[in-house]
Amino acid sequence: MKKVLILGSGALRIGQAGEFDYSGSQAIKALKEEGITVILINPNIATIQTSEQMADKIYFLPVNPYFVTKVIEKERPDGILLSFGGQTALNCGLDLDREGVLEKYKVQVLGTPIEAIRNTEDRDLFAKKLSEIHLKVPRSLAAWDLEEAVQAAQKIGYPIIIRAAYALGGEGSGVAWNPEELIELARRAFTSTPQILIEEYLKGWREIEYEVVRDRFDNCITVCNMENFDPMGIHTGESIVVAPSQTLTNQEYHKLREIAIRTIRHLGIIGECNIQFALDYKSDDYRIIEVNARLSRSSALASKATGYPLAFIAAKLALGYGLPELKNSVTKSTTACFEPALDYVVVKIPRWDLNKFKGVSEKIGTEMKSVGEVMAIGRKFEAALQKGLRMLDIGAIGLVGNDFTFKDIRDELERPTDKRIFAIVEALRQGYTVEEISYLTGINAWFLYKIQGVLALEDKIKKYTTLANLPREVLLEAKQKGFSDLQIAKILKTQELEVRKRRKELNIIPVVKQIDTLAAEYPSKTNYLYLTYNGETDDISFEERNKVIVLGSGTYRIGSSVEFDWCCVNTVFTLNKLKYNTIMINYNPETVSTDYDICDKLYFEELSFETVMDIYEKENPLGLIVSMGGQMPNNLALKCYRQGLNILGTSPLSIDRAEDRYKFSKLLDELGVDQPEWRELTSLEDAEQFAKSVGYPVLVRPSYVLSGAAMSVVYDERNLETYLSKASKVSREHPVVISKFIVNAKEIEIDAVAQNGEILTWAIAEHVENAGVHSGDATMIFPPQKIYLETVRRIKNIAQKIAMALKITGPFNIQFLAKDNDIKVIECNLRASRSFPFVSKVSKVNFISLATQAMMGKRIKERRLNLDFDYVGVKAPQFSFSRLKGADPILGVEMASTGEVACLGTDLYDAFLKSLIATGFKLPQKNILLSINSEENRYKLLESIKKLDNLGFHLFATEATSKFLHEHKIPNTLLCKIQESCQPNGLDYLVQRKLDLVIDISTGQPQEDEQAEYLIRRKAVDFGIPLLTNLQLTKLFVDSISRKKLEDLEVKAWDEYV
Amino acid sequence: MERAKLVLEDGSTYEGYSFGAWKSVAGEVVFNTGMVGYPESLTDPSYRGQILVLTYPLIGNYGVPSKERDADGLFKHFESERVQISGLVISDYSERYHHWSAMTSLSDWLAEYNVPGIYGIDTRALTKKLREKGVMLGKILCDREVDFEDPNQRNLVAEVSIEKPILYPRGETRLVFVDCGTKNNIIRSFLNRNITLIRVPWNYNLFDPALPSYHGIVISNGPGDPKMCRETIEQIRKAISLEIPIWGICLGNQILGLAAGGDTYKLKYGHRSQNQPCLERGTSRCYITSQNHGYALNHDLLPEDWEPWFINANDGTNEGIRHRAKPFMSVQFHPEATPGPVDAGVLFDRFLDKIQKSGVRTQSNS
Repeated sequence: MKKVLILGSGALRIGQAGEFDYSGSQAIKALKEEGITVILINPNIATIQTSEQMADKIYFLPVNPYFVTKVIEKERPDGILLSFGGQTALNCGLDLDREGVLEKYKVQVLGTPIEAIRNTEDRDLFAKKLSEIHLKVPRSLAAWDLEEAVQAAQKIGYPIIIRAAYALGGEGSGVAWNPEELIELARRAFTSTPQILIEEYLKGWREIEYEVVRDRFDNCITVCNMENFDPMGIHTGESIVVAPSQTLTNQEYHKLREIAIRTIRHLGIIGECNIQFALDYKSDDYRIIEVNARLSRSSALASKATGYPLAFIAAKLALGYGLPELKNSVTKSTTACFEPALDYVVVKIPRWDLNKFKGVSEKIGTEMKSVGEVMAIGRKFEAALQKGLRMLDIGAIGLVGNDFTFKDIRDELERPTDKRIFAIVEALRQGYTVEEISYLTGINAWFLYKIQGVLALEDKIKKYTTLANLPREVLLEAKQKGFSDLQIAKILKTQELEVRKRRKELNIIPVVKQIDTLAAEYPSKTNYLYLTYNGETDDISFEERNKVIVLGSGTYRIGSSVEFDWCCVNTVFTLNKLKYNTIMINYNPETVSTDYDICDKLYFEELSFETVMDIYEKENPLGLIVSMGGQMPNNLALKCYRQGLNILGTSPLSIDRAEDRYKFSKLLDELGVDQPEWRELTSLEDAEQFAKSVGYPVLVRPSYVLSGAAMSVVYDERNLETYLSKASKVSREHPVVISKFIVNAKEIEIDAVAQNGEILTWAIAEHVENAGVHSGDATMIFPPQKIYLETVRRIKNIAQKIAMALKITGPFNIQFLAKDNDIKVIECNLRASRSFPFVSKVSKVNFISLATQAMMGKRIKERRLNLDFDYVGVKAPQFSFSRLKGADPILGVEMASTGEVACLGTDLYDAFLKSLIATGFKLPQKNILLSINSEENRYKLLESIKKLDNLGFHLFATEATSKFLHEHKIPNTLLCKIQESCQPNGLDYLVQRKLDLVIDISTGQPQEDEQAEYLIRRKAVDFGIPLLTNLQLTKLFVDSISRKKLEDLEVKAWDEYV
Repeated sequence: MERAKLVLEDGSTYEGYSFGAWKSVAGEVVFNTGMVGYPESLTDPSYRGQILVLTYPLIGNYGVPSKERDADGLFKHFESERVQISGLVISDYSERYHHWSAMTSLSDWLAEYNVPGIYGIDTRALTKKLREKGVMLGKILCDREVDFEDPNQRNLVAEVSIEKPILYPRGETRLVFVDCGTKNNIIRSFLNRNITLIRVPWNYNLFDPALPSYHGIVISNGPGDPKMCRETIEQIRKAISLEIPIWGICLGNQILGLAAGGDTYKLKYGHRSQNQPCLERGTSRCYITSQNHGYALNHDLLPEDWEPWFINANDGTNEGIRHRAKPFMSVQFHPEATPGPVDAGVLFDRFLDKIQKSGVRTQSNS
């Protein structure tokens, strides 16, 4: 094996996120150690794996059979790894095999053979394979009429669940406990579908997973098992997960373990896989739910939970190593052929962002909707759970002490939402018993008893009324059970800092424990750490010098994901190079920054004021870097600074001046820099008056937020009050500002690095979409192709002015509006921005490395201008609307995309089309539906539509658009809107997938036709039909396909451009 | 919440809270890193005389199962007739337990056997101390002061073995089963394979004419220093000379090794866990095994015609021996599991194959 191709997973999206940057990066390390040349295809430019020091050759190209084939033709690799890039890579691999590409070019699939992958992916083959060794899968039978249904149910045994085949979104499903119920349900289902599936109903069964590793010598181990807090029926990605299992006896644990190993041997997996079980709650009966023959979200979690580098080992096994030949990378002396023993408990909690979407249901169930996760470590379940809830950064300060309210608590328990855990707390408070809650939720009573214990402790604390009265013993117990200082302060009506002071007086401080894979049985030098109050001594010493703490980005969420991990990891790399001792604090199991071999010490811990202070006081470092992990660590800057912590880089006072909308706007006025007219919110009347004077629409925005949370464009007086109260809720401590919303303006950003106020390097990028689309959802072009040199100069000058005024040292980003010849500043962040990896990689100037050097006081002489390249980079957003049933796939000022890709091209059109394809967009072949909402927009798109017609597309249009096209002599077929009953109807065309592309341009303003437009957009997403909703994007798209066909797109590696 | 403390012979003291019996005890302090199976571990006779530290912090979650017995009179869910440890040391005790099979709480169960427990201990710090300084004598102090006591000075095997033989009738293949403090699951593992067992006390005369004829000998696990079992070693030496097939497990491995001419020594802190990797010599196979032993066999001192069978992949210690030609074999780990992984269960079959192949029909009085 000399040259190996690795397929990445592309953009982050719901169900497939940062975990594959971790697994791919580990695979690359494992291969390079063997002297193998590594070729990587991954359009996700913000990942660590697509960094210079990683793979030997990197293609920022779509991971699909067409482009991968092109790369194989060009590179001629000896082998290919399919299991490190999620379902995307696996599916692509299956396609390549089916099309004979791998055979043709003699590319060997390393690790698990294709046939085994197929046996796990195809449900029928899977069931057949397992029946060969007499293992149980959930029974399922198809029925075509009532009689068959009754027979099938009899065979399977009640209760059963009925599913309508070919129905979307679980329509027509239900549970029957007896033949009468079955007949009624089946009769109803048969009215909408010819076939129903009768399946065994496993509700309330425990859901257990094992991570299994096997080598080619048939050595097989389970590295970790995990128990879902939520029972069957809630997707494991939506469930709180605990490792190791807590409610399983030895008999149950090892029965499932043995079955897992038997299954994996029978399937012939080589490398790593995940197996999911349903385990009865009243016996040790089980069902095998599925096997994922690849690295997965669960395997990333298991790696972080145990310290066992699953992806790294899997890559070595794929190369033919045996497990006993490999070393445990934590102890460095013992073998990798073992099963980690944990002496702590790990709790993973999903993070949802459902309130970012209009129309989406908050119910959680069998489909994944969460966008990120956190992992908390403790020596008590209560402590880990409370830590984890705080880590989510959704405003919860633990299990208790929050302000969540529920209308119908019983309904919340039975039909859970993303707030289920808090609903359980509320139910206990209202007097529900553990048994009742367990019955309604299916959650094992053991977990509920622990939660009940936390409530009881809260009551106990409350009884002491004041902090001074609280005995040491109770305060210690509270800390041991995971209460934060803030939580205790809230219960006793005092301040967080008072509690901190008091507990330090009482010598209640956390200890540092190591994660060493062997529960202290063997000595190890591991630097993988967590804090606990359930212990007396620190495992480590703190005597090293020259230490710098880097705060990570926390949970991935909309607006903050892998790009900030890239920034953090690059900061650490740079600090390592500068010979500092690096300390990372982060708690996201999907990240590379939480790989313990990246830094000198890894604290898998909360990014809260309390925890950062605790670690800082123990370590006594040179300082803290808060500007690389996005908004979350940035928000800690001022508070830590006030406690005397040394914040490296730009002064927290300056950060505050930029973050606080009021202070920042005032600063701009002082500097004479133009900005949209604004006013700080004091009263509703004041706001109304301001809005009237500048004219609607206006933009309402709170301070200190990321991804436009609670930011809204308000078009009329009626809606002003609603949005104002929403904004003030999000940011209670900080002011809300209203400004004039400027329509039809272009948006331009500058990413830059400064030292003592002087800019060292900068990059200007333009958005394709006009202002009004959140910058995280915008398509970005770098270097800009269509802005005046004068604009560039003015932007640069403004940036320099602001940098100087705020004495910036480190990374920063400013967003501008450009209309006609006016430039207005709309936002400034004194931290790394989402686009830092993009501009760094396109220009091959590592902005983060420069920023880190600047912050550490290294004198940097070079000044870099970043505009003149022979190629273009285009960054495109990835949306996950298909996962969010009901959500309106339209863009606005609040961010909705879950990830991004970027491709390079010799011209804009090439780069743009590749990025678009990389997000899963299929180029249209024939039929395009147009639904354009205003006459103004129709005129603006007229040229583009003519081009589409010239290109030979068959155009369909809804009523007004159709009329407009006819008026301009453009042939088209009229389609009725979905809610109209006339024919031919748009819905039929969507359902039958007769359309290749839907272009639906609405003005974004609330109007009568909104429902009709929503339906078109939503159904397009539901049926997997590419959708364009933005006018500027549509224009660029049409221009691009008029110039380029798929075959014209370049297949070039990164180093062939730069 | 009554306070209690754990005191080690080096003088260090750990304060915690009492559960189980309110009683002071002394013993040898050892740690186990397994994450499941406390009902099984605590009833393992190999822990006789020991104060057990569990490194997994959350204990008691699923309570303790019933005292149901099977048709052979063995507890279905326990490894012997009683809780065998002297005391239990853990970090976090789950007072409220939940499991469909649970009958009682861990605390009540311990109290029933008059065994004290202590929780709220920094078990990781304690484990590190035991790892660095080696196992130590210690005591849990509740109601009164007690003296340190070294259980290894006692004949622990005699304490946990049976009084007189028990016959477990099954198929035609009959084995004599030397009970040095066996775990029930070793017995079950044979019975489930339709083997008739004649379970005898540790010092029973294996050549007693009163015994029915048998096809081989099994030496069970058990507590303490193997050299204490002088009588058993003598008997096995004779069985070797008579070429009767022999299989040993854990203490049985050490006894077979001593009988063959090898030597044993005390490990610094033993192997007590469910994740010990054992390489089978001459193959690429590595078994994940369940272990509980404080002594080990030095196989370098074995005669030429013996060889190491398994080696610990982590520290290179002996995990099993076998005779190069004759049907004598033993393993240091626990193929019967409970608690722990069942991967090595196939070794029962391999031993039984050997007996079948050897075809020897040993007469007890030959």
